[in-house]
Amino acid sequence: MPHRIRNLAYPLLLAGLLPLSSTLHAATGDLFVSLEKDNAVLVLDGKSYETKQQIAVNEQPRALHFSPDKKWLYVACGDGNAIDVIDVAQGKVVKSLFVGEEPEIFDLSQDGHWMYVSNEDDGELTIYDLTQEKVAATVEVGEEPEGVLVSHDGTRIYVTSEVANMVHVIDAQSHELLANILVGNRPRRFALTQDGKTLFVSNEIGGTVSVIDTENYTVTGELSFAPKGFRREYITPVGLQLSHDDQTLYVTLGRANHVAVVSVKDLSVQDYILVGTRAWGLTLSQDGKTLYVANGLSDDLSIIDTSQNKVIRSVPVGRVPHTIVIDE
Amino acid sequence: MLRFLACCLVLAALSAHAWAADKQTVSIAYLEYDQDTRYSAQRLEARYRLQPWGRPFAGAELGLKDTRFPLMSAQVKLELNHWLEASVADLVKTVQQQAAQGTQFFITDLPDDVLAEVAKQTQELPIMLFNVSALGSALRGQQCQPHLLHVVPSWDMLMDALAQYLVSQKWREVLVLAGETPADKTLKQDFLNSAKRFGLKIVDERVFTLGRDPRQRTQNNIALLTSKADYDVVFVADANGEFARYVPYQTLLPRPVVGSNGLVPDWWFWSWERHGAPQVNNRFVKYNQRLMTGYDWAAWLAVKILSEAILRTNSTDFKTLSDYIRSDEIVIDGVKGASQTFRAWNNQLRQPLFVTSGDAVVARLPLEGFLHPVNNLDTLGVEAKQSQCAFAH
Repeated sequence: MPHRIRNLAYPLLLAGLLPLSSTLHAATGDLFVSLEKDNAVLVLDGKSYETKQQIAVNEQPRALHFSPDKKWLYVACGDGNAIDVIDVAQGKVVKSLFVGEEPEIFDLSQDGHWMYVSNEDDGELTIYDLTQEKVAATVEVGEEPEGVLVSHDGTRIYVTSEVANMVHVIDAQSHELLANILVGNRPRRFALTQDGKTLFVSNEIGGTVSVIDTENYTVTGELSFAPKGFRREYITPVGLQLSHDDQTLYVTLGRANHVAVVSVKDLSVQDYILVGTRAWGLTLSQDGKTLYVANGLSDDLSIIDTSQNKVIRSVPVGRVPHTIVIDE
Repeated sequence: MLRFLACCLVLAALSAHAWAADKQTVSIAYLEYDQDTRYSAQRLEARYRLQPWGRPFAGAELGLKDTRFPLMSAQVKLELNHWLEASVADLVKTVQQQAAQGTQFFITDLPDDVLAEVAKQTQELPIMLFNVSALGSALRGQQCQPHLLHVVPSWDMLMDALAQYLVSQKWREVLVLAGETPADKTLKQDFLNSAKRFGLKIVDERVFTLGRDPRQRTQNNIALLTSKADYDVVFVADANGEFARYVPYQTLLPRPVVGSNGLVPDWWFWSWERHGAPQVNNRFVKYNQRLMTGYDWAAWLAVKILSEAILRTNSTDFKTLSDYIRSDEIVIDGVKGASQTFRAWNNQLRQPLFVTSGDAVVARLPLEGFLHPVNNLDTLGVEAKQSQCAFAH
């Protein structure tokens, strides 16, 4: 594929040009949305939601993360078998990292040194050293690993396996598997409270969210959902987002086309917000007032005012939006 | 993978001691029939639609691989033993012997008539048979057995899927072409039942013959077979697919062909790109160098069902497992987007179905708007009230 060869040239041109931390990047407030089928990351103005730019990337862009200094945006390109690195200021891909086949979801250590990537076709977690730009280790996990999350203190990596129905707990230092926690069916994504003690994991086919105590690796609770007019088989939770004060958990319910609003204190569902078709990815603005939801099968974003739990706008973005991040 | 992975791979922190303790083994016996014509070299080479493209044992092996990790942490080992027998008597003997030695779960890749006999002659044994390749509706009807579970859908479910799609497109007027073999006739009858259920109109029924004999041209020439009638679609009932392959684009009127070719109902498809299916398809291709069919999917899923039961019940006891597998509690993830369970009245696995063109899934069934009071998946297949299955117990 020509564009893959093109991107392979970048490391040669730019080797060593990516410092870990650099001058502060001025936040623009822009939204970045990965479009799985358009092989692009769309940049929207954070206020008007007008399209500012469409950045071409490798095939099937999914998870997105900024480097800690927000200078770089990392894009996991599944079919492109690469993590593309976008220079945020320039708005273009400046290099592609090879982190194993089919990268799907990834997370970064807080210092931006390590990248942890699930390789869904290989049943592996790849641990990638961003300073050296090379794979440091791979850890075998259950088939089809998906969700990856680094604990806030950087000591643990949590990985879901969609086939094994497990959350794997990996020691970030020794890369040893510390525990395999059986959760609901087809576990997908995570959310972790600020104190690092409570881990939420969405079970897409099980239709639930498991609550895990990270101190003794046990499942302590399970959330279930019943939005009006949807049967159990339509309730397919995927995306999880905690409010910044840990009081509220937002859960996208996939085919049930709703976001559930859960009170973390007593694990009760407070509200269901109707959004677009097959809602998966979601993200919350820094002030906590706006929630952005990516609707994979209606090719749009739902923008929610969290004070009234209502969609205030829906914005068409392109084919199969996956993840949204905000430069703020 | 063509790229070179430039680094040291610190592989697998699966410290052996963590798994070693109290390991239990659960055996699965996988049964095949030597004279199964579906796997003749000629048929496999032809790769007809809706036919197996290789022995589904490959699917069971993938299932074993996929479940290895979670079962390891439960300290259970699944073992897959492969048996190829030449007669019903030998198959029955193998089942009896294996059951006597403690095997309680069997995966059967057998033709309809063979499976019906084997199931009938082993019904007293404390075992469970997972059918992964026989589609006959009778196996879920008069021939049903309490220990026989069907992972593959039945012809009547597939025909319901097709009829549901046709009616939603308002392609209601159907010309039916059917072969003369008993399997073709049964397939035709399944379609006629579905057509009635969903309100399609049969314009005419005609019999086709394989061959080139000019004296039989009204039965082997597609243009003649499809003349002197008006219709929205041509339905072809051809249980093995050889005739149906040449019907599209040869009809007298420019109309779609459905059934055994053209738009074909199926329960798994190599190009389905949702619900995690690409990953399973990719893994299968990687190990087997061929595309995965519904038969492979069923063998893969049978192993997964057993593994799911072992993990959730935390048990290897036969009764505990078989009760759980039949219950509504189990969440079976067939990677088709809905959780699945077995129908209590005939041991048939509920599942979403597809209608497919040669290279794409055209629709996933049930379609929106086809509702059922309990589970919309039950708009495909025989309902409890209509079922002719009466389990012996």
